[in-house]
Amino acid sequence: MTPSMKSSATKIVALIALIGLALVPVIGSRAMVQDLFMVLTMLVLALNWNMLAGFAGLVSVGQQAFVGIGAYGMFAAVILWGLDPLIGIVVGGIVAMALSIPVAFFAFRLNGAYFAIGTWVASETVRLLVAQWKALGGGTGTSLPKGTTKDMFGVDVIKDLIDGSSSAAADALTYWLALALAAATLLAGYMFLRSRMGLGLQAIRDNAEAAKSVGVDPTRLKALVFVLCAFGTGICGALLFIQITRVTPDAAFSVVDWTAFVIFITVIGGIGTLPGPIVGVIVFYALQRTLADYGTVYLIVLGLIGISVMLFARKGLWGMFSARTGIDLLSLRHPAPRRP
Amino acid sequence: MIWLDTIVQGILLGGLYALFAAGLSLVFGIMRLVNLAHGDLIVLAAFLILTIVSALGLNPFLGALLAMPVMFGAGWLLQTYVLNRVLGDDILPPLLVTFGLSVVIQNGLLEGFSADSQKLSAGPIEAASLPLGPVTVGVMPLLTLISAILVIFALNQLFYRTRLGRAFRATSDDAVTAGLMGIRPRNVFAIATGVAMVVATIAALYLGMRANFDPTIGPARLIYAFEAVIIGGLGSLWGTLAGGIVIGVAQALGAAVNPEWQILSGHIAFILVLLVRPRGLFPRAND
Repeated sequence: MTPSMKSSATKIVALIALIGLALVPVIGSRAMVQDLFMVLTMLVLALNWNMLAGFAGLVSVGQQAFVGIGAYGMFAAVILWGLDPLIGIVVGGIVAMALSIPVAFFAFRLNGAYFAIGTWVASETVRLLVAQWKALGGGTGTSLPKGTTKDMFGVDVIKDLIDGSSSAAADALTYWLALALAAATLLAGYMFLRSRMGLGLQAIRDNAEAAKSVGVDPTRLKALVFVLCAFGTGICGALLFIQITRVTPDAAFSVVDWTAFVIFITVIGGIGTLPGPIVGVIVFYALQRTLADYGTVYLIVLGLIGISVMLFARKGLWGMFSARTGIDLLSLRHPAPRRP
Repeated sequence: MIWLDTIVQGILLGGLYALFAAGLSLVFGIMRLVNLAHGDLIVLAAFLILTIVSALGLNPFLGALLAMPVMFGAGWLLQTYVLNRVLGDDILPPLLVTFGLSVVIQNGLLEGFSADSQKLSAGPIEAASLPLGPVTVGVMPLLTLISAILVIFALNQLFYRTRLGRAFRATSDDAVTAGLMGIRPRNVFAIATGVAMVVATIAALYLGMRANFDPTIGPARLIYAFEAVIIGGLGSLWGTLAGGIVIGVAQALGAAVNPEWQILSGHIAFILVLLVRPRGLFPRAND
């Protein structure tokens, strides 16, 4: 196959997958819609974290700050200002982006591994501050007013479309938003990495000195990626908590739910590759279904797989597959220019 | 007078945080390894002491003495078979491996010991106090601070007065050249992690005697330890003690104003120190 045929084959497969997933609320059960919603939101978080750690070299353990502040931004928009939750999602994303600027200002002073600790401390600080926000329930949190999700813009139309209850329609709406967000994040990531700036980013990762010598500004590029990923993560957090409908500081800023799982998904699937998080989230979901009854064993297994991957196959399952078969979907390579 | 009392209690609390942090500081100083599982390893040591104490009916201090060689062995094995494989220029693998380890240890302990709170009982010494001029201090917090100072003094002696310490410093400065001089860096790293685990056992002893612990508290303790290491300046052991005291005093002052602000004021102190001095209070000259 020529590269152009390969890339059009990829496009067709991606389009079929997208249509298949989009049809789930119409033909599938509600439980399936809710399950896939969680999978898609985890995928969005993993894509964002992969962009930070896998491509920009920013190993953040504090992404839960942006999930949490996104969720609280949405709750504030709905409860305090009486806006539609869908507008709340955008508010959540913008608030998260605004928060990322002071966090970056602080954490970018710390080198390498200590950047991870800096983001973690920043996230804990935000959690403790939000717990002081009495209007949104302080440390015990608050719920969305009853019926808010059923009154969301578009729920009525969807209700007729899927011929179900208002709650099922609300689930379908959040599901489609999650699907759109995942597709948009993947596409934006691909386009960014193929762009001039993305090339600069990968050049920094491979050799910072050489990249600087040809005019790439590492700090500016990394800060840009950090802020954009905070936006994506914040939107995803707001969307997650529309579905969950109840927010507490501990749940919204949970390091296990929004960062540990996300790290394992990315590492197992293949850090620094674009299809990696997709493979990772499928493995994660399969493991979760199989080991759901065992609680802590599930986390032990995840941890051990993560460690093994780092010890024996740095590029994860996708990297292994790609190296064995030569198949390279969503390739970031640029073909060498032809000789004239 | 209440302020003086608060500050003294804060300094004593800082001793505990310095003990948590000393092992981290040692490992970072020698091999630039950031161990995200350190907090969980301390909790693991606390459960080990608890098991020894309840099986043999010993005093916790004696129990800790027995736990030390076991933890040294565990650290040696961990470094030799896992961490040595991931050390290198890329910071990602060691971070992710220790992160995975943290999750595995935490949930392994939950599986083995359940989520119940435990405590190491040290008898009447727990409630004893000493009048010290205008303030009264608990014997246990005072003992913690003294132990922290002794541990850091001993580590410094080890570093600057012994053959092993010379190997530590040489490997830290330049592992390749140290290798040419007949030092095996991987062995040195394994011993260093073993020593760090002995220090972690001492930290676990005081953690367990001073308050309740359960398998999930590791990460919260780890965050204070990291703050102490970073505030002190990477690689400086006395700096780590100073860092622990800064966090301890900030937390005590915050708690005196409003109990909900204790942890928050520790974090804010950390952020403020780094905004003024990005490399900490006592950074080493070369990195």
